[in-house]
Amino acid sequence: MTAGAEQERRIRVLIAKPGLDGHDRGAKVVAASLRDAGMEVIYTGIRQTPQMIAEAALQEDVDVIGLSILSGAHLELFPRVVDALSERGIGSDDVLLFCGGIIPRVDWEAVRELGFRGVFGPGTDTREIASFIREQLPTLPARAL
Amino acid sequence: MTASSALAAGGDLADGIARGDRRALARAITHVERDDATGRAVLAALYPRTGRAQSVGVTGSAGVGKSTLVARLAAEQRRRGRSVGIVAVDPSSPFSHGALLGDRIRMQELTSDPGVFLRSMASRGHLGGLAESASGVVDVLDAAGYDVVLVETVGAGQDEVEVASATQTTVLVTSPAAGDEIQSMKAGLMEVAQLLVVNKADLAGADTAVQQLLALLAIAAPRAWDPPVVKAVARSGEGVEELADRIDEHQRHVRDARHADAERRTLVEAQLVTLVTAALSRRALAEARRSGALGSLIDEVVARRRDPRSAAEALLAGIAATAAGDPAED
Ligand code: B12
Ligand SMILES: Nc1nc2c(ncn2[C@@H]2O[C@H](COP(=O)(O)OP(=O)(O)OP(=O)(O)O)[C@@H](O)[C@H]2O)c(=O)[nH]1
Ligand SMILES: [Mg+2]
Repeated sequence: MTAGAEQERRIRVLIAKPGLDGHDRGAKVVAASLRDAGMEVIYTGIRQTPQMIAEAALQEDVDVIGLSILSGAHLELFPRVVDALSERGIGSDDVLLFCGGIIPRVDWEAVRELGFRGVFGPGTDTREIASFIREQLPTLPARAL
Repeated sequence: MTASSALAAGGDLADGIARGDRRALARAITHVERDDATGRAVLAALYPRTGRAQSVGVTGSAGVGKSTLVARLAAEQRRRGRSVGIVAVDPSSPFSHGALLGDRIRMQELTSDPGVFLRSMASRGHLGGLAESASGVVDVLDAAGYDVVLVETVGAGQDEVEVASATQTTVLVTSPAAGDEIQSMKAGLMEVAQLLVVNKADLAGADTAVQQLLALLAIAAPRAWDPPVVKAVARSGEGVEELADRIDEHQRHVRDARHADAERRTLVEAQLVTLVTAALSRRALAEARRSGALGSLIDEVVARRRDPRSAAEALLAGIAATAAGDPAED
């Protein structure tokens, strides 16, 4: 490769809100903070079906998918998002999955079992989220190069 | 990655795209965007299969309604039975180099349609309203078989002339609110546009804006194609059918045997100029930063021992020297 010819590699992140949950402040705060941390963030807005989220993840070829949910429907919606992703050949071994919002601690274990590597609740310092991504990404077993 | 494994990976992706594998398509775009060896191999493999799609660039100031219009136009093309690839470019932050890509928000209804493939891109510091690799991404979507490829540029001002180097038909969008802007519109932008849209025609002053545009066009140098002016309300979809018709007309013009060769030469020349300009500056500066030559030239200019032009010449002479001994791709 000629010196400096290759573009610097950027981490691409999808921030998505599944279901009818209209609380979008947190998602926007997280999206803006990851942009400020140097990442390319695709934000798709509220009211996304699992199919829409999976399709966006596929077309945008993201490295990271972050779901934001405050409605309480996470145990119902997250498995459907994971299924829609795997229907498209995307798994938690090649894309970093994590989430935030109002997710009670009693549900964390179930959410992790679905493949979500991290759960971030109210009051999270956004710098923590960016460092989490930088630490976790290299450990994905099937990450594409 | 070695040159041969990049070539193989590029070939695999190109084969995947030919089979209709959308994940391969998405992955290929990532490599083209990074401009890495795999991306170049993909483009080399796919290029012979390009040329079928009608490619349309949509440019104009921030907030004039480009995304809304692109979404409507895509829906109209779907009604006409055509599949649609969309490239939406948003600016990268000059400070963090990150980007917030929000164009999917305005294109919600399209995202569950299997006949639509939407890709957001960050401009990654490239000026001119487009990411440097945008024309390559258009080629990939074209080769993947999308009938129409729509490109939305960064809405930054009046300098987005570069979209003309990525697409055959360039649509310049304005709005009634932009009256002063039309008055001061740069000839350059008028000249690259093959179609002018006055969007937000639901607002007062749309007819005045149309008149102003027509007056400007009347004094422009005569061309083989006269850009039509279309009034539209992207929010409701009014005028979008007419816009699609006019685009089809321009596409017939571009593909007409009498102009096809000249049109294509113009496009290819613009593409090469864009690519070479970007690559040269990137190489010259990277090499000069690495060697420290940039710092010492800046010192000399700061001390007024040298003028900026001769410093720039010295930097360019530097890459000419390294190019002579350039190692093969790794
Ligand atoms: C503001 C607010 C609203 C606003 C929302 C405005 C908006 N556009 O966002 C309004 C008034 C509209 C509203 C409405 C409702 N709300 Co409300 N609302 C809140 C409130 C007080 C704060 C939420 C907020 O914006 N926080 C600020 C942001 C920055 O924080 P955050 O979202 O938590 O995000 C942080 C982290 O969670 C994390 N994070 C979030 N997402 C993600 C994603 C990823 C990937 C990562 C890594 C991290 C991450 O990082 C962020 C930064 O630290 C909460 C209570 C609370 N304390 O959380 C209730 C709350 C969420 N609302 C609640 C309810 C019930 C409702 C309504 C149903 C009320 C009603 N009966 O009408 C409606 C539903 C509206 C709808 N369509 O969905 C309940 C939800 C209960 C539940 N889940 O079991 C809560 C918890 C209040 C409560 N204690 O009962 N609400
Ligand atoms: N009144 C009116 N508003 C419109 C019309 N089309 C779009 N808008 C509104 O204009 C605003 C900007 O629309 P976008 O489609 O995001 O504009 P854009 O040019 O893509 O914006 P950037 O990508 O940020 O430069 C939104 O609030 C739209 O709803 C229209 O025809 N009439
Ligand atoms: Mg836009």
